Amino acid sequence: MSVLVNKDSKVIVQGFTGSEGTFHAEQMIEYGTNVVGGVTPGKGGQKHLDRPVFNTVEDAVREAGANVSIIFVPPAFAADAIMEAADAGIKVIITITEGIPVKDMMKAKTYIQGKDLTLVGPNCPGVITPGEAKVGIMPGFVFKKGKIGIVSKSGTLTYEAADQIVKAGFGISTAIGIGGDPIIGTPTKEAVKMLMEDDETEAIVMIGEIGGNYEAEAARWIKETGNKKPVVGFIAGKTAPAGRRMGHAGAIIGGKDDTAEAKMKIMDECGIFVVQSPADIGETMKKALS
Amino acid sequence: MNIHEYQAKGILEKYGVTIQKGIVASTPEEATEAAKKLNAETGTEWYVLKAQIHAGGRGKGKVKETDSNGVVLAKSLDEVAPKSKAILGGTLVTHQTGEEGKLVSKLLVAEDVYYPGENEPKEYYVGILLDRAKGCNVIMASTEGGVDIEDVAENTPEKIFKEWIDPRVGLQGFQARKVAFKLGLEGEAFKNMVKFIHSLYAAYDATDSSMFEINPVLKTSDNKILAVDAKVDIDDSALYRHKDIAEMRDKSEEDPAEVEASESGLNYVKLDGDVGCMVNGAGLAMATMDIIKLSGGEPANFLDVGGSANAQTVEAGFRIITKDPNVKAILINIFGGIVRCDRVAKGVVEAYKNIDGLDLPIIVRLQGTNAEEGAKIIQESGLKVTSAIVLKDAAERVKEALA
Repeated sequence: MSVLVNKDSKVIVQGFTGSEGTFHAEQMIEYGTNVVGGVTPGKGGQKHLDRPVFNTVEDAVREAGANVSIIFVPPAFAADAIMEAADAGIKVIITITEGIPVKDMMKAKTYIQGKDLTLVGPNCPGVITPGEAKVGIMPGFVFKKGKIGIVSKSGTLTYEAADQIVKAGFGISTAIGIGGDPIIGTPTKEAVKMLMEDDETEAIVMIGEIGGNYEAEAARWIKETGNKKPVVGFIAGKTAPAGRRMGHAGAIIGGKDDTAEAKMKIMDECGIFVVQSPADIGETMKKALS
Repeated sequence: MNIHEYQAKGILEKYGVTIQKGIVASTPEEATEAAKKLNAETGTEWYVLKAQIHAGGRGKGKVKETDSNGVVLAKSLDEVAPKSKAILGGTLVTHQTGEEGKLVSKLLVAEDVYYPGENEPKEYYVGILLDRAKGCNVIMASTEGGVDIEDVAENTPEKIFKEWIDPRVGLQGFQARKVAFKLGLEGEAFKNMVKFIHSLYAAYDATDSSMFEINPVLKTSDNKILAVDAKVDIDDSALYRHKDIAEMRDKSEEDPAEVEASESGLNYVKLDGDVGCMVNGAGLAMATMDIIKLSGGEPANFLDVGGSANAQTVEAGFRIITKDPNVKAILINIFGGIVRCDRVAKGVVEAYKNIDGLDLPIIVRLQGTNAEEGAKIIQESGLKVTSAIVLKDAAERVKEALA
C-alpha cells in the first residue's frame, strides 16, 4: 500500500498546455508517472506531449479513466479548476498553484465537503510515492524508496528532510506536501492519519511552520491514538517576527498559539521527537527508530 | 496589504457602514480647511486630529520632535492648525512602531462623536477575520471596546462573542441580531448595530479582506452606531481584482529595501540581526534563519528567491542584503531541484564580482541537483566564499565566520 498516489494512479494535468503544466508534466512522465492526458479548455482533441488534451475534466475521466489530477492553472482560475475536478469525480486533486485568493479557496473547500475525494494543497509541491508516481514538482531523485512518510507545509524543506532521511540510511514511503496557504485541503492531521494507517510507513516526519493550529491538532491526535509510529517533528520560524508574513500566505504569527515555540512545546508533550535544528531530522529519525 | 484609517473608512462608507466623518489633510492649512468643511457638514465644533500611520497605539504614542500625542482633540477651529503642526512631519512612536517611529505625512481631521446627550456614549469592539481552523470567516464582538482585544481575550474571554459565517450563504439576519443582543443593545441602537454589522460584512466580503478591526465601534449619546477607527487588511492574492484598493498601497510605510525586493520579484523581510541569508523556498528560508540563531548569530532578514534562482535573482538578493550595515556574514542556502546548483554557483560568483566592495564572508550551501559541481565552482573561484553541502556544515561555517 501507499498513500494517495501509486503506480496505478491515472493522472491528468489541469493547465496542461501552459508553460508550468508542460514542464512539470514532462518531468512527471520522465519519472514514470502514469500521465493519461491533460485539460485545457478549447484545446480538446489536440495532442500534447504525446497525450490527449481534453476540454473538460469530465471528458478526461470518461475517456481516459483519470482519477488523480494535478492543477497548474493560474491563481484566478484555480478554485474553479478544483471544483471542476471534484464535480467530474476525480479522487485525488493536487493543487500546486500559489496565490489563490482566500475567498475562492473558502468556496472551493466548501464545495468539496462531503464528496469522496482528497484535495491536497494549494501552494504545495505535490505528492510523491517513490518508484511509483510523482504527482508534483519535487526533484524525484532525492526521494529514494523506503518506509518513512513525510508531511510538510513547505517545498524545499521537504526535499531537505527527504535528503537527510535518505542519507541516514532510510527511504521515503510517500511524501505529502500539504501547502503553505491559510486554507488547504488536507491539514497536517489528515495527512499524518493517512501515513499512520499505511502499512508501508514505519515512521513519520512532520514539518510545519508558524501560523495556524494544524500541527498542534495533529500532535494531539497522535497522542490520543497512542503514538503508534514514531514521529520526528520540526516547526520553521522560531526567529520570525510576529505579524509579518514569511513568504507563505499562511506563515504569519497572529497570536501566541501561532509561534514555533508554542507548537514545538505541544508536539514535545505529545511524544513527538522534536528537533530544534532542521539539520537534525535524519539523525533524530535514526534515534527514534533504534 | 494594510491601508490607512482614512482609506479604510472610505471603503466602509462606500458599503453603507456608518463612520465617524473625517477629511484627510497633509498640511496645517489643509487641516483648518478640513475642519471648516466638517463643521459645515456635521455641525461639529470639536475636531479630532489623527495621525495616519500603519500602526496602532497612536493615541498614547508620542511625536518625538514635539511630544504631542498621535491623536489629539482640538476644541476650536483656532487650535486645529497649531495642533496639526505638532503632528504633521513628525516621527510618531507607539508600542507598535519600535523606537525609530514612523513619519506622519497625513492627518485625518475627524468630527467629535463623543458629544453629551440622553445616554452615555459607549464603546464596543467588532472584528471580522478568517478562522483558519474552520475555513470560514468569523465575526468577533465585545462589550470591551477601545482597549486591546488581545488583553480582553487573555483576561476576560467570556466578554468576546463569535459568530461563524457559512461561506455558502453568507451572513444571515439572525446572526447579526445575535451579535447586537449579546452586546446588550436595545431599541434604536440595536437596530443600528444590526444594520452596521450587515454593511460591515458586505464591505469585508466585497473587498476580499482578510481582517477588519473596528475598535472602537461607538454608540453615541443619541444611539447612532459609528466606526470610530478602522483597521483593514486586504488579501494580497486578491488585489488583482481590486485595482482601486491596490492603488492605496503606501510604499512610504514599508521598509525601502522591502519595496526594492518586491520590485525584483523577491520575497524579503528585514530583521534586526547580523547574518544575512538567501534561500529558495519560504519554509527552508525560515528554517535557515533558525539555524543562524542556533549557530550564535541573529538573522538579518528573510529572503526567498523563489523556485527559479539564477544569476540575476542572486545578484539582486546580494544588493538588498548588503544594504543593511548590520550584516557581518551571508548564508546562501539553495536546495536544487528544478534549479541546478552549478548554475546558482556561477550566479553567486558573477554577482560577487559585479558588486564593488563586497567584502563579507559568504557561506554557500548547495544541495540537490549538481551540488558537487556547484561546490567546485565556488571553491575554485578564489573568492572569499566558503562552500558547504550538508546543512550542519553550513551552520558550523556560520559559527566560524562570526567568531
